[in-house]
Amino acid sequence: MFYREAGQFKSTYQADMAVFPIRQDRIGLAIILAIAFIGIPMLANDFFITSVMIPFLVFSLAAIGLNILTGYTGLISLGTAAFMGVGAYACYKLTTFFPGVNIIVLILVSGLFSAGIGVLFGLPSLRIKGFYLAVATLAAQFFLQWAFVRVPWLFNYNASGAIEVPQRLLFGIPVTGASAAPETRYFVCLVLVVALTWFASNLVHGKIGRSWMAVRDMDIAAELMGIKLLNAKLLAFAVSSFYAGVAGAMMIFLWYGGGEANDVFTIRLSFNILFMVIIGGLGSLIGSFFGAAFIASLPTIMKFGLPALGVPMSGATAEHVTFMLVGALIIIFLIVEPHGLARLWQIGKQKLRTWPFPY
Amino acid sequence: MSDVAVRPMPNLLANGWIKAGLILAAIVVAAILGARLDGSGTLHKIFIDPFDQMVAAPDLLAQTVWEGLVSGVLYALIALGFVLIFKASGVFNFAQGIMVVFAALTLVGLYEKGVPAFLAVILTLGVMFVLAVAIERVVLRPLVNQPDIILFMATFGITYFLIGLGESVFGGNPKQMIADQLWLPKGAVDLKLFGGLVSLQKIDIAAAIIASVMIAVLAAFFQYTRIGRALRAVADSHKAALSVGISLNQIWVIVWFTAGIVALITGIMWGARSDVSFALEIVALKALPVLILGGFTSIPGAIIGGLIIGIGEKMGEFYWGPLVGGGIESWLAYFIALGFLLFRPQGLFGDKIIERI
Repeated sequence: MFYREAGQFKSTYQADMAVFPIRQDRIGLAIILAIAFIGIPMLANDFFITSVMIPFLVFSLAAIGLNILTGYTGLISLGTAAFMGVGAYACYKLTTFFPGVNIIVLILVSGLFSAGIGVLFGLPSLRIKGFYLAVATLAAQFFLQWAFVRVPWLFNYNASGAIEVPQRLLFGIPVTGASAAPETRYFVCLVLVVALTWFASNLVHGKIGRSWMAVRDMDIAAELMGIKLLNAKLLAFAVSSFYAGVAGAMMIFLWYGGGEANDVFTIRLSFNILFMVIIGGLGSLIGSFFGAAFIASLPTIMKFGLPALGVPMSGATAEHVTFMLVGALIIIFLIVEPHGLARLWQIGKQKLRTWPFPY
Repeated sequence: MSDVAVRPMPNLLANGWIKAGLILAAIVVAAILGARLDGSGTLHKIFIDPFDQMVAAPDLLAQTVWEGLVSGVLYALIALGFVLIFKASGVFNFAQGIMVVFAALTLVGLYEKGVPAFLAVILTLGVMFVLAVAIERVVLRPLVNQPDIILFMATFGITYFLIGLGESVFGGNPKQMIADQLWLPKGAVDLKLFGGLVSLQKIDIAAAIIASVMIAVLAAFFQYTRIGRALRAVADSHKAALSVGISLNQIWVIVWFTAGIVALITGIMWGARSDVSFALEIVALKALPVLILGGFTSIPGAIIGGLIIGIGEKMGEFYWGPLVGGGIESWLAYFIALGFLLFRPQGLFGDKIIERI
């Protein structure tokens, strides 16, 4: 009734090809952004911001990164956590060397280091495909995880063997470190995620994105049509690792406030991000957000939601039951909708267009 | 106009063997030059020193190779479970590693409840059968005809479910495998070899023997029985197998059950060497490089791949590990596999990948 594009005439090609061609979609996006930028910092308490919203934003960014690689280019990677780790450690080293430089700039630059490492480990993708490649990316995961622990230079020879996030100011307000307010950290995360999502959207809707999708659908055919596989695949690895790296730096600097690779950037994190991408929907940016919201919030909901509903559970049992439920939910979701939450979202919108009089 | 004049030079580098030879030659030249240049420098440590050690202490070398062989056999057993399922259903079964842990935990858990050891083995087999039926009914049947990655993800779901189930039923503490009660030998045999002592654990010898027997039985089962023929038919083509009246559902239950048996045997063997706990899950990931090295579709590939990876990583850790601070076992296997993959993208024994537009 209210979600209908009747009467919205497009007079230019640009308008026709817009990412959000329907006015209601644009209004919806504006409302979501308004809630994210104004509503949540005003209304939510610190607990909600630090343990729900910031993890959601960080995981969304990582999921977008993996989605570019797996969903858009069709290269399965199980090494996302390691690339996130590269970002985090690069950011730590950079802020040690250049303490005066704006921390946001450093977070973005550390993504570039991650991109370089990603290209290096992406080289085998030119030769091997599918699950063979997935296993090959595990080499990155285990090698980098080993390097994070064994190379003390990376964590500045700290006795704890972990990253200790220093305090950094932005316009005189502490952004990182113990004294940074949750709202500030949330704002920085949000700005980064919105900007990078906008950038990713432009990438995947343009020439580069089309070449990625051609490679995904069939790389030999894409090569015959004149797409350079070397460039397309390595660029996908670079962009994907860049996003993962920025997400990793955000994770350590804006969320955890310090941490050790062996606790944080484990293979389990890689798997979780792959879940987010698959459950959210392969080849869909909005799906990355859905998947991140689902997987990141599930343990929190289990932990605090079930006791609130009157289901009594102790800590250890709750953890085991969470594991079982996550496993079962993954299977159920795959059976109900193998194309992920993004497809459900699309179906919902389609239904809404004809509501209340479906033909 | 002669055709011969314009024919391009054949690309010698396209041939894997020539490329491998060139790279080897380059390494040898670099090693010799390096050894000349710095008598006790880095290159010497990398290329000369380990081999010196090997020659100087052949008993240590034999011990290392033996340890590699044993862990290789265990990797191969896990990889075998993967290959069985991949061949028959095209599913990359990530849950194989956790099935090993789950089977071993069930066995030990049942024994702790007071069930006699051998009855516990039979009951565990029953549990694995129920698991196979459940997976086929709940997971595989609704997901038939979906892309590979979806099925792959579904096995992740199984993994998580089994971890949660195993931990909530049997607890998260490491358990002792009931090796004595299953008449598995204990202790070690000391061999006098190359003027030194090489100590072989009896359990390792038993593991190697049992693994060989099991592989022989599986091979015979695949080759000579009616079900084995059906399995091979399904592996070749699902559609063709269906059209001659082979029930895919039944075959999948059989395959997953077979993988469950393999998992139980692996679990017993592995559990007897160390504790039974979910830490085995990470070790089970080592089966993945074994798989890509041997090829997803080849049983001999799984075995030979397992041995190469096992020996390679033990020797690498022992002789080259100290150069970079040790602990390289965690990733060396993947690099060995990657090195092979660059020359044979389908693994050593995998089916040749033919792509058509």
